[in-house]
Amino acid sequence: MKKLNDLEYLKLSKMGALWYNIKLFILCTFPHWLWNDLCLGTWNFIKKTGRGIKNEFVDIGTTFAKGNWAVKLSFFLFGFGNLFYGQIMRGILFLLFEIIFIAYMVIPSGGIHWLSKCNFFQTGMTVGTEQGGMQEVEMYGDKFTIWVAGDDSVKVLLYGLLTILFIVAFIWTWRTQVKQCRICMDITAKGKKIKSAKDDMRSLVDDEFHKTLLAVPLMGILMFTVLPIIYMVLIAFTSYDAAHDGYSNLFSWVGWEHFNELFNFGEGGLGLAFGEILSWTLMWSFFATFTNYFLGMFVAIMINKKGIQLKKFWRTVLVMTIAIPQFVSLLYVSKLFDSSGIIGEALGEIGFIKEFLSANHYISLWDSPTIAKILVIVINIWVGIPYVMLQATGILMNIPADLYESSRVDGASAWQQYTKITLPYMLFVTGPALLTSFVSNLNNFNVIYLLSGGNPLNTELGVQGGVSVGHTDLLITWLYKMALGSAESKYYMASVIGILIFAVCAVLSLIIYNVIPSTKNEEDFK
Amino acid sequence: MEKNHNKIQKSGLGARASRRLANTIIYIVLITMTVVWLFPFFGIVMESFKVNTRGMDGELFPEKFGFDNYIRLFKETDFLNWFINTAIMGVATAFFQTFFVLAMSYTLSRLRFKGRKGLMNLMLILGMFPGFLTMILIYKVFSDLGLTMQMAPVGLVIVYCASSGMGYYVSKGFFDTIPKTLDEAARVDGATRLQVFYKVIMPLSSSIVIYTILMGFMAPWGDFMLASYIIHENSQGMTVAVGMFEWLSKTIVNTNYTMFCAAGVVVAVPVTTVFLCLQKYYVEGVTGGAVKG
Repeated sequence: MKKLNDLEYLKLSKMGALWYNIKLFILCTFPHWLWNDLCLGTWNFIKKTGRGIKNEFVDIGTTFAKGNWAVKLSFFLFGFGNLFYGQIMRGILFLLFEIIFIAYMVIPSGGIHWLSKCNFFQTGMTVGTEQGGMQEVEMYGDKFTIWVAGDDSVKVLLYGLLTILFIVAFIWTWRTQVKQCRICMDITAKGKKIKSAKDDMRSLVDDEFHKTLLAVPLMGILMFTVLPIIYMVLIAFTSYDAAHDGYSNLFSWVGWEHFNELFNFGEGGLGLAFGEILSWTLMWSFFATFTNYFLGMFVAIMINKKGIQLKKFWRTVLVMTIAIPQFVSLLYVSKLFDSSGIIGEALGEIGFIKEFLSANHYISLWDSPTIAKILVIVINIWVGIPYVMLQATGILMNIPADLYESSRVDGASAWQQYTKITLPYMLFVTGPALLTSFVSNLNNFNVIYLLSGGNPLNTELGVQGGVSVGHTDLLITWLYKMALGSAESKYYMASVIGILIFAVCAVLSLIIYNVIPSTKNEEDFK
Repeated sequence: MEKNHNKIQKSGLGARASRRLANTIIYIVLITMTVVWLFPFFGIVMESFKVNTRGMDGELFPEKFGFDNYIRLFKETDFLNWFINTAIMGVATAFFQTFFVLAMSYTLSRLRFKGRKGLMNLMLILGMFPGFLTMILIYKVFSDLGLTMQMAPVGLVIVYCASSGMGYYVSKGFFDTIPKTLDEAARVDGATRLQVFYKVIMPLSSSIVIYTILMGFMAPWGDFMLASYIIHENSQGMTVAVGMFEWLSKTIVNTNYTMFCAAGVVVAVPVTTVFLCLQKYYVEGVTGGAVKG
């Protein structure tokens, strides 16, 4: 399509400009983004990574070819090069690492043992090889039937995964020390001095200070986020649930079976429930984010308006809702709207609501799917406005006052000031924050679980996969119910849902970050 | 010219009148909001003083005032135990989490090193996985280590703190606003990066430090999802959130509702007091850091 220049664009009527922008987005911006940024970007990333790996190998090759005997030996004996060039401490640490690694791999219940038990991704094979069971044992002349423990699949998989991580660390360390040897060789050839252990220690608080600061936090993230997430992604491909808990019954690899179950819209599949919950999750997230955003901003503007007294008081009132632990206020508010709660009872007396409730045999407001959905969104406004108000206050104060002055001189109304100055500025500054809050609303467990608990139950769908589906259930509360809310404890289904939540978040973020032209308007405000 | 002048004056007068009208409307809205926002808290307090009923009676004001619910709370239930658990957890979480978050955000904001961008992207991606997912494995491991049930508070503090480095956004936003020239000047004078950290930047960052401490302290009070899993209905190791949630289950709500409200007041008063005292720092943190992301 033909792109207009600025002069032509300004000549368009309001509707014409809108139509032009929509057409531009669908025909140009979006395909352009899809092709250029997504496809070519991914391809470039793959090419770059490929080139990087190739360079690594070439570098390793030349290091081996050109290195002296010490460097060559350090290919097999960790840290030998460091020892040879006088970096005693580094050398000993590298060597120690190699010894520990090899010892761990070959001892009877060590790395190789665990890896061989895992049967990674071999559909139909169990995780762990020895099933525990009741066995007759003779003791003191009598016969007893006792439980003889076999493998515990959960542990087998965990140790298998840890072993793989250890191997990755091993390869990385190997590469690092080879590189260091070569650097030592090059430096000595140039006749310069090699870093001593003392220099190393000193650089940890100086040039390498980031390593000191990051070591512990990153270790925490690795052990408590990265490792469990990889583990749970693996669980999605196994049959881990209450009946196959790994200890009394080994679980096994099942391939893509559970993903098929979730996307099966026919009999016995979870497709319908998934579709229903996903659409409500997106709807909830949309309304929760935008109602809070605009109303919060509106409140901030009101409080900040010139001539309004007691600014601090109004703010403090709102901030109090942040201070009081959510579970107290949310549980209480949910009871307020119950049939015997103060507000619920009062509302239930109003004519048309009373008729509506009795016509459908609902006892309380929470029994009606539509009302329950509206209620959670409205109560979420009550919860969310204070946060947005605080953020917006900070930004509003940053808008240059002379923008308003000059617009007033030009005869702009308050509404025009809002749409032409305040709103664009806010949208520009808070664009990324808006996205983050959208994603965090997708996973807003507290508000839904404490207010409605996912209820009222969806009677049409009934029990799906051992868990009853509610009208206000989000994906995250569904996940929680899958894992903990039923006797079957389908952990595998919980992790499938978790992976899909990730996919939804990732796709949304990718599109919004790239398509919304937050950065293109930057010049408008400078 | 004359005409024009007149027009300006007229619009000026009209503007003043309309401004007064606008302000009146705003005051009405703000007062209504204050009532709506404070109503639940007022309701909880009233409910907690009810003597005549233990369930929901649909009345705002109690027929008879009394402290029965509070007395029952401390005599008949484990509430005091839960409260102490949560308070200790709050202090411990605040201490360790502050260390983790500040180290992470300071590094990502003010130090430049290879892999910085990659690290930030990785954490963005990890953040998109629901955190609850990690709990299934962590619970299993913790129960082997004996860090669940009555030892749950210890386990939970570890969980809250270990990955807290991923929540670096707000304080990174704060550190970004401190001029880089300060670091450079100190470096020229021969300070190491460690010295820049604790002698130059930290003294300027008291508001974000207090903000982080506050967030850490509040975390155990509000968390329900992770806590309920790790605690596994063991009254010894419960936090207030998990313990009080049980009281409102459909079968026993009619004998525990007013007690729940009393407990709510006991929890809310100290936490709110701490929060309102430190409100200034909280506001600075949110307005300064959150926006830049």
